[in-house]
Amino acid sequence: MSLAKPVMRGLLGKRLRFHLPIAFALSFVAAIGFKYGVTEPRKQAYADFYKQYDAVKEFTAMKEAGVFESVRPSGE
Amino acid sequence: MLATRALRLVGKRAISTSVCVRGGHGVAKVEDYTLPAYFDRRENPLPDISYVQNLSPEQASLKEKEKGSWAALSDEEKIALYRISFKQSFAEMTQGSSEWKSVVGGMFFLIGFTGLVVLWQRKYVYGPVPHTFEAEYKEKELQRVLDMRMNPVEGFASKWDYENKQWKK
Repeated sequence: MSLAKPVMRGLLGKRLRFHLPIAFALSFVAAIGFKYGVTEPRKQAYADFYKQYDAVKEFTAMKEAGVFESVRPSGE
Repeated sequence: MLATRALRLVGKRAISTSVCVRGGHGVAKVEDYTLPAYFDRRENPLPDISYVQNLSPEQASLKEKEKGSWAALSDEEKIALYRISFKQSFAEMTQGSSEWKSVVGGMFFLIGFTGLVVLWQRKYVYGPVPHTFEAEYKEKELQRVLDMRMNPVEGFASKWDYENKQWKK
């Protein structure tokens, strides 16, 4: 009944050497994924929206709908 | 050195407590839970006391043999000595059980029961909802949200086609 002596030292170091590169790689992938999956499309959506935006037209439409308190629709 | 001096002080105190018997009150009864206890725990591998406190004659003779060379002990004797000191081996004490199934089952059952309680509450305890939940009110609310152009870029109003007065396909 003579077993090999179990590993007594360097357990944390071994775990870190294994897990830290994986952790960094996955975090990096998550960040890249979020940037190109979420933020870039969002920036593009805002750019496209304001390219064709007529502020006066929108304001007049909102005024006629009656949502403002300072300016009432032209009928009243 | 300090330890032996401290032990001598403790010994002196023990003598004085037994002398207190003369005072007529007696020594306090030693409760079981105040004495060192045996426990099998993975994080605390060496408990305060051995498992077997009252050795049978064979166990006593085995303990005597242990004082000699350990190479002279057979495998069964070594295991017997281990079982005198410990109740369960590490493998036995750390093995899992099926208790989690009962726990999860109980959780689901109680969550389901809570659902029934909530349904009963909704019917018999709570009063009517505010008038702002009526269908007519909700229609007016929706019209106002679209008039205000709320979140026109990526959100709610962006899904409405203002030219054709309908939801975008």
